[in-house]
Amino acid sequence: MTTPMVKAEGVHKSFGAAHILKGIDLEVAPREVFCLIGPSGSGKSTFLRCINHLEQINAGRLSVDGQLVGYRQKGDKLYELKDSEVALQRRDIGMVFQRFNLFPHMTALENVMEAPIQVKGEAKAVARARAEKLLDRVGLADKAKNYPTQLSGGQQQRVAIARALAMEPKLMLFDEPTSALDPELVGDVLDVMRGLAEDGMTMIVVTHEMGFAREVGDALVFMDDGVVVESGHPRDVLTNPQHDRTKSFLSKVL
Amino acid sequence: MTDKFDKTPPGSPAGQVSVSKAATTAPENIKAIPVRHVGRWISGIVVIGLLAALVYAFSQGNIQWQAVGDKLFDSNVVAGAGRTLLISVLAMVLGVILGVVLAVMRLSKNPVTSWVAWLYIWFFRGTPVYVQLLLWFNLALIFPVLNIPFIYKDEMTDVMTPFMCALLGLALNEAAYMAEICRAGIQSVDEGQTEASHALGMTQGKTMRRVVLPQALRVIIPPTGNEFINMLKTSSLVYAVTYNELLRSTSQIGSTSYAVMEMLFVASIWYIVMTSVFSVGQYYLERRYARGSLRSLPLTPLQRIKVNLASFSNRPSGGVSA
Repeated sequence: MTTPMVKAEGVHKSFGAAHILKGIDLEVAPREVFCLIGPSGSGKSTFLRCINHLEQINAGRLSVDGQLVGYRQKGDKLYELKDSEVALQRRDIGMVFQRFNLFPHMTALENVMEAPIQVKGEAKAVARARAEKLLDRVGLADKAKNYPTQLSGGQQQRVAIARALAMEPKLMLFDEPTSALDPELVGDVLDVMRGLAEDGMTMIVVTHEMGFAREVGDALVFMDDGVVVESGHPRDVLTNPQHDRTKSFLSKVL
Repeated sequence: MTDKFDKTPPGSPAGQVSVSKAATTAPENIKAIPVRHVGRWISGIVVIGLLAALVYAFSQGNIQWQAVGDKLFDSNVVAGAGRTLLISVLAMVLGVILGVVLAVMRLSKNPVTSWVAWLYIWFFRGTPVYVQLLLWFNLALIFPVLNIPFIYKDEMTDVMTPFMCALLGLALNEAAYMAEICRAGIQSVDEGQTEASHALGMTQGKTMRRVVLPQALRVIIPPTGNEFINMLKTSSLVYAVTYNELLRSTSQIGSTSYAVMEMLFVASIWYIVMTSVFSVGQYYLERRYARGSLRSLPLTPLQRIKVNLASFSNRPSGGVSA
C-alpha cells in the first residue's frame, strides 16, 4: 500500500457565511490523472486551491504525500506552519491557473527561470538550460524572448505549465487550464498535458473538457454544492452516470 | 525587443494582390469644398492679440531686462540652483524610501504597524509643509539636547542646521504622499500574480520584491515624477528655515541691488529649466518600466526622428517602383 499523493478526509471550507466545501473525502494515487468536474460554484476550484494552501481549510484533514497541508501535528495538537514552511511545501506542488498569471514584466524564459533561482537558489546557467528545455518541450523554444503580452492565450498557458514544471513538482494542479482559451488553442495545451500524463506525472485537473477526462483521466469525481456526488473511472461515470444530478449535468455539457 | 507583432510586412502577398487589383479600377478621390471654420479663426486671432498685449505690457514695464541676463549665471545664483537640486533630490530619495516602508506597513496584517502608518500619513498630509519646516526649525524649544545613549549627544541647535531642517521637513512630508502612491501601486497588481508566485514556493518577502513591486513601479513612477517636479518648486519654502537655496539666493541679490522683480524672473527661469529637464528624464523612465505591459514600446523622440528620416529617404525609391 503506497501513500496516496493527496488524501482528503472530511474537508470543509467556508468564506464567511458561504459554506463552499461540505466534507470532501477522496484519495489521489501517485501517477494518477485525477479529474474534477462539476457546475461552477460547486467548490472544485476551491478544493484545488486548498491542496497547496492558497485557501485554508476550516475542518477535516488534507495531506499531500503523507504531510498535512499548512499544519504540523504534535500529539493531538495542530500547529499552523510559518510562511516559509508553507512555501517549502508548495515547492513540490505545481499549479496552473485559468488566467495563466504569467509575470508580465519577465520574458517567457525569465518566467520559467524565476522560481528555481529564487526558491532553490539554483545557478543561473542551470536554470536557463532547464528553462530552455522545458520551453522546447511545450513547443515554444522560439518564443523564449517574448513577453507574455506578445503571446497568444494558448502559448501563455503552455509557458505557465513550463514555469510550474521548472520546480520539478511531484504533483501538478490544473485549475480549468483551457477555460479562458479560444477553442482552436485548447488542443495545444491539452497535448502538453497529455504528454505529462504519459510521463507519469500525478495530476489533478479541474476541467470542462470531457473528452480529455475520458481519454487521459484515470479517475473522475463529479462535485456539486460542496460534496462529491459520484466518483469512478471516467469512462464509467461519463457514459453511465448513476446519480440524477450527474446525468442532468452531463446531458448539458456533453 | 524585436517582436513579430508590430512588423506586419507592408507588402504581404495577400495585400499586394488586392492592392494591385484595386489600383486598376481606382475610383477618383472626392473633391469637395471644405467647411469654413469662422469661429476658429476669430478665437485664434483674439488669443494671439491678448498674448501680444501681455508681451507688450512686460516690455513697457519698469524692468531692467539687461539685469536678468547679467545675473542669470551669477555664481550665487548657480550655487543656489545647485542647492535647490541637492535638497530636492535628497528629500525625494528619502521620501521614496520612507514612503515604500510606510506603504508596506499600511498594508501589513499587523494592526499596530498599519495604524501607526495611517497616523503618520494623517498628520503629515494634514498639516502644511511650511508649518512642518518651522516645527523642525524650532525643535530645540522642546528637545534642547539630542541624546542617543552611547552613540551621539549634541545641542539640538547644532544638529538642526538649516540643511537638516530643510531635508527633514521636505522628506518627511513627501514620505506621506509617496506612501499613498506606493499603496495604490501595490494594490493595482492583480492578486493572481501573488497567488502564482506563492504557488511556485516563493515567500511573501520574495513575492513582494520580485513580482509585486516591479509591476507596481509602472503605476508608481508617473505620479512620482509629478511629485519630484512639485518638490523642486516646494523646496523654495525652505527659504523660511534660512537654507540658501535658489529663491533665497536670488532674493538676496534682488534686495541689495533693487532688482527684485528681475531676480524673481531669474529664479523662475532656473525652476522652469530644471522641471523641463526632469520631465524628459521621466519620459524615458516610464518607457523603461512599460516593458511587458505593451506589445511594442512607443518610439522615443530620437527614434521617431530616425524613422522619419529613413522614410523620407525611402520615399523616392518607393514612388518609382509604384
